[in-house]
Amino acid sequence: MKIKETDIAIVGAGAAGLTAAIEARRAGAQVLVLDENRLPGGQLFKQIHKFFGSHEHRAGTRGFQIGRDLLKEVEQSGAEVWLNTVVYGMEPDTSLGVIHEDQNTVIKAKKVIVATGAKENYMAFPGSTLPGVMGAGAAQTMINVNRVLPGERIVMVGSGNVGLIVSYQLMQAGAEVLAIVEGAPFIGGYGVHAGKIRRAGVPILVSHTVTRAIGTEQVEAVEIAEVDSKFRPIPGTEQVLEADTVCLAVGLNPMTELLWLTGCKFTFIPAFGGHVPMHDAHMETTVPGLYVAGDVTGVEEASSAMEEGRLAGISAAESLGLIPREEAKERRGEVIRRLNVLRSGAFGEGRRRSKEQQLKAMEAFQAEGDRT
Amino acid sequence: MTGVKYTGIPSKEELENCPGVPDAERLEKGRVACVECVQEIPCNPCESICRFGAITVGEQITSLPVLHGEKCTGCGLCVANCPGLAITILDLNYSETRATVDFPFEYLPLPEEGDEVEAVGRDGAVICPGTIVKVTKISAYAGTAVIRMAIPKEHVMTVRSMKRPKRS
Repeated sequence: MKIKETDIAIVGAGAAGLTAAIEARRAGAQVLVLDENRLPGGQLFKQIHKFFGSHEHRAGTRGFQIGRDLLKEVEQSGAEVWLNTVVYGMEPDTSLGVIHEDQNTVIKAKKVIVATGAKENYMAFPGSTLPGVMGAGAAQTMINVNRVLPGERIVMVGSGNVGLIVSYQLMQAGAEVLAIVEGAPFIGGYGVHAGKIRRAGVPILVSHTVTRAIGTEQVEAVEIAEVDSKFRPIPGTEQVLEADTVCLAVGLNPMTELLWLTGCKFTFIPAFGGHVPMHDAHMETTVPGLYVAGDVTGVEEASSAMEEGRLAGISAAESLGLIPREEAKERRGEVIRRLNVLRSGAFGEGRRRSKEQQLKAMEAFQAEGDRT
Repeated sequence: MTGVKYTGIPSKEELENCPGVPDAERLEKGRVACVECVQEIPCNPCESICRFGAITVGEQITSLPVLHGEKCTGCGLCVANCPGLAITILDLNYSETRATVDFPFEYLPLPEEGDEVEAVGRDGAVICPGTIVKVTKISAYAGTAVIRMAIPKEHVMTVRSMKRPKRS
């Protein structure tokens, strides 16, 4: 079996993985980035809308443009990027089992940063296995990456930012969105994203859910109904929409499979999408030398993922002695300041509290370790 | 339930309390930005892009943008640069009977100057006919077109976009 050694291996070439690579490489570390996809960039290249935030978060710039710029930086940095590379396992000593160019290879890195992102939640209902029912992220990949319209007449389930943004992008791609249904009594995402949908004449039905998809070979119609405060459909409120596609935007959960294999400790934070790895302010998990960044640490958004990638990259390089302690601390402080801006306001505050909870879980774990 | 959180449309009260919406006096004076941003989200490109200091958000970037009507020239750079597409430029002095609304538009096909279209409100319902006066699509707008549409004056505070033409 082929063995490859490197200073820092990064799993995932998305928003967090790429910024981690840039920071680590800048510090002089030898960096290898692994991604199972044909192209790097993760979700960034699907994001054709302008990002929020401030100038330093590249607000007003479309996601794919940020992706292009990051890629250029990575290329110039001299980090090695292996695409079409599946990381199928990780040992407790953080060595990685990968298939690269049809060859089984073990990667032994001094530090590993896992930035595997998140995956979409599914929702089961009668007819939900029919072709035409798909994740909103899948629909977004089809229209914005593969340039294929998944359907002509869409019902979107979920009004978080993913549901709102993908609905808008489906309309830009030429589809008709019949309605967005939302189980909660209020819209989950930003009002300004919802505003775009409403100006296009699309209803957003809060306290509603999809009760079944109708069809034999594929979705031919979709039945929706109003729900009560316990999310139970209210009989008599059903209506049938002549849709050919149902997109599910009902949340995401962190892709933590590799991390579980190492035995690193987790904590449960529903607002972050479920079980998330405990980590300290350096993004290091309970397994020494194993770092995490981005949505795998708890589902947030791309700008936060990019900042967390920087934290992990700086910290991993520091632990290799490549960045003086004081400088690393200062640079982390700068990143954390920007992160706190993103984690503020009516929508961000909850994420800031969740992150605090996660860091506290780590502190408690470490304190216990010190006692025993 | 009314309000942006329940309908996706700012309520009358939300708009009245919104510091980005120009007052009647400023509207009378001609071209001015109308920043309909009523939720505290971390975002401030409107402030960074304005070279006249007419929109301020401040240190705390979740604060609502504040319009300083006396400084606003109605140049419209903010319209295409608001990631939320929440800004329009209103001109009550376009003609004796008509006003214009400059709004961001990210659908194809784009309308052309002189087109007669259907002007819609915040809920997408048709309010009145509109005439396309100008279509601006420059690189600084990064893919967002800004459409200037003339409408009867009385609809200037309700019209916010146009009905999307059907693709052929």
